[in-house]
Amino acid sequence: MRKVLQPVLAVILGLAVGLVATWVAIWLATRMSGESSTGENPWDLLQILARGAFGTRYDFGMTLFYTTPLILTGLAVALPFQAGMFNIGAEGQLTMGALAAAAAGAVWPNVPWPLAPILAAAAAFAGGMAWGAIPGWLRARRGSHEVINTIMLNFIAAGLASYVTLYILKNPDTQNPETRPVGAGYLIHQFALFQGAPLSTALPMALAIAALMSLLLWRTVLGYDIRVVGQSEPAARAAGIDPGRIRIIAMSLAGGLAGLVGVGEVLGNAGRFRLGFSPDFGFIGIAVALLGRNRPLGVVAAALLFGALHKGAGDLDLETDHVTRDLSQILQALVLLSVCADGLWAWMNKRGAR
Amino acid sequence: MTAAQTPAAVELRGLTKHFGAVAANDGVNLCVEPGTIHGIIGENGAGKSTAMKMVYGMFRPDAGQILIHGQPRVWNSPSDAIAAGIGMVHQHFMLAAPYSAIDNIVLADEPRRFGIVIDRRKARRRLEQLSQQYGLAVEWSRPVEDLPVGVQQRIEILKLLYRDAHILILDEPTAVLTPQETNALFANLRKLSDQGKTIILITHKLREVMGFTQRITVMRNGKVTGQVETASTSPAELATLMVGRKVTLDIHVPTAQPREAPAIEVHGLSLAGAQAGSRHKLTDVSFTVRRGEIVGVAGVEGNGQSELIEAILHPADPRCRTAGVVKILGRDVAAWHGSKTRDLGVGFIPEDRQHQGLLVERSLRENFLLGRQRECQFSRAGFLRHRRIAATATRALEQFDVRPRDLWRRARDLSGGNQQKLVIAREFQFEPSALIAAQPTRGVDVGAIEFIHTQIVRARDRGAGLLLISSELDEILTLSDRILVMYEGRIVAEFRRGAVSERELGLKMGGS
Repeated sequence: MRKVLQPVLAVILGLAVGLVATWVAIWLATRMSGESSTGENPWDLLQILARGAFGTRYDFGMTLFYTTPLILTGLAVALPFQAGMFNIGAEGQLTMGALAAAAAGAVWPNVPWPLAPILAAAAAFAGGMAWGAIPGWLRARRGSHEVINTIMLNFIAAGLASYVTLYILKNPDTQNPETRPVGAGYLIHQFALFQGAPLSTALPMALAIAALMSLLLWRTVLGYDIRVVGQSEPAARAAGIDPGRIRIIAMSLAGGLAGLVGVGEVLGNAGRFRLGFSPDFGFIGIAVALLGRNRPLGVVAAALLFGALHKGAGDLDLETDHVTRDLSQILQALVLLSVCADGLWAWMNKRGAR
Repeated sequence: MTAAQTPAAVELRGLTKHFGAVAANDGVNLCVEPGTIHGIIGENGAGKSTAMKMVYGMFRPDAGQILIHGQPRVWNSPSDAIAAGIGMVHQHFMLAAPYSAIDNIVLADEPRRFGIVIDRRKARRRLEQLSQQYGLAVEWSRPVEDLPVGVQQRIEILKLLYRDAHILILDEPTAVLTPQETNALFANLRKLSDQGKTIILITHKLREVMGFTQRITVMRNGKVTGQVETASTSPAELATLMVGRKVTLDIHVPTAQPREAPAIEVHGLSLAGAQAGSRHKLTDVSFTVRRGEIVGVAGVEGNGQSELIEAILHPADPRCRTAGVVKILGRDVAAWHGSKTRDLGVGFIPEDRQHQGLLVERSLRENFLLGRQRECQFSRAGFLRHRRIAATATRALEQFDVRPRDLWRRARDLSGGNQQKLVIAREFQFEPSALIAAQPTRGVDVGAIEFIHTQIVRARDRGAGLLLISSELDEILTLSDRILVMYEGRIVAEFRRGAVSERELGLKMGGS
């Protein structure tokens, strides 16, 4: 019970502090510039935030559209965490996955429908997987830390994506930094229910993957081995588990999951790879995994929250005079901080018990 | 003088300390006379260390009083206790290994010149005087890591004397010592007490308190169950006070009937050190453990025992660059990974149950599965068979008397003895043909030791070949059908059951 209650309380606290801080910032800004107050109090801000995220079917569709990649990147952080590793490379992995999906669609545009999305999804998975396997292998067999390597690979992925987009698969019909569009057979179903929000079958796919991950972790020998390695490497060795092998598998799978972000973006939304399409989904994924306690179900719930914040905060920018994109990012950061403070809380409890 | 005129060096009145819902100390009353050696004995988790850590200022009591020489005192941190003349030698030494004895002793209290430079000459004069006064000889300028464990302990004691401690608390001081080093330690402690120091000795070894103390306090479940004069008590009485019931201190071991078939064979096993050119961790080790016998490896810890286990269980690991042959149940395992060896039917009781043997944060059920998850009774096509696991685990907990019998409880919530019983249950229940048991009764209470020893003998009589690695001489002598002595990575002696005395064994362990 406490396991669920604590993150929820943390989120509420973070939102409250964030909204009050935003309001104070607005108040200061109006005072300094000598304007009269526009009456944007925290309660109004919260209403705009909620309306922006859930107000209309379109709004809700957009929220779910942002939720989809966050589920995948959240899982991509949570799985290695269960094996005792910290994957900061989801951003690079999703870039590689999306690039691979778009490349498949651009190079073989004539593949027919049911086969094409499967091919592209496999490419996306493989692209991300490669980017996860490298730091996994380096950690397992060479002992170099995955945090450093995943960060470095993020930069390499970004550079590689620019190069491929601008020089190899460049879309000749536009000035935008994007690849040629994928063949028509690649595009996946968008739900009409959401009045034009680009929400596609990528969402049910992400949910199914979360369910599978739950199954993997708690119902299979591999999942058990992963959790044993995450708990204690000496115990894993004593039990005849090869921790290195498990680490490579966990990081590869995680990379693949992040890579699948490319399915929603390339096949379900843009129909091509656009440079910089991700507003740091990979990094928000760390927050999602943290808030979701590295459990698949928790990740889904946390992804929905951050998806809603992302959508709602965007509307705050549009609908108010003074709240800018920056302030809405501060709001998200404060929610994250109070989630992290949860760990601080546990630490203080422990000290108190001494 | 009467007792009223010389107040106790340390007196505890109703000392209570809770960790969460558990009362680690519950109304502890204790009285230590000045200038005596006072033993505090009890099972693991009885609260001995907790009580002493409160005296030393590491924990703050929830209730109760600490009186030092009759004055009630409250510490904010160990530095307050140190300033009041209380010192503690921890079970694991707190020494900076690459530094010299002098630097370790003066650490945090350095005599200085010009305010910044350590005045080693002054420190040395002071230390030599101390060392002469108490007869504690130490080589001052060698790195501590090059010194024997017994000397390292001497340095720990000098550290306290250097800070003018007059009440010395020693937590399980003999865990890593040879019998000879142990005797030397107690001779030194006696000298210290003769010169007026008060010494509190925390231990779970009956023989030590019987041989070297004046008074003994027995603790169980956070309470004091007895305070006795050493001269007027017996080991049996102490054991009963510790466990709360009568225990047999000696178990009956019938003669072994070893079979011809070997369980574990090791021929010419050598293991190079971690760095090129460093000392070999194992040199030309050869022995055979037949099925139906117990082969004990005696030795002071750190003489290659851990490496021997690693080399047998993980021969293919690049960290074990070995030469030689290892055969398990007749099969050469040189190129195998640990999982294959385990799947062959090899049981393993690791020396460090908290890190190697258990997942302390996980449930008993998951712990029971550890190392056995690939057995076909517990998994099919990669999926765990939860119902089977739960049923078998329940039976095992009952059979091996693990308490509490709650599969969903975390392993951390179990006492040390029950944690070890859980490991024993897991490794013995599938009736292994070969079993490696490292320090199987470390930190386990007297009652559980009796139980574990019985199980080990029973496994032998069922036909398992057991390799027993232990630094407890009693354990080696009671259980082993053959005894090997390891010293600096070599097997330096071999004895049959009953053919060696404890003294002789101790000398071999010390390398002479």
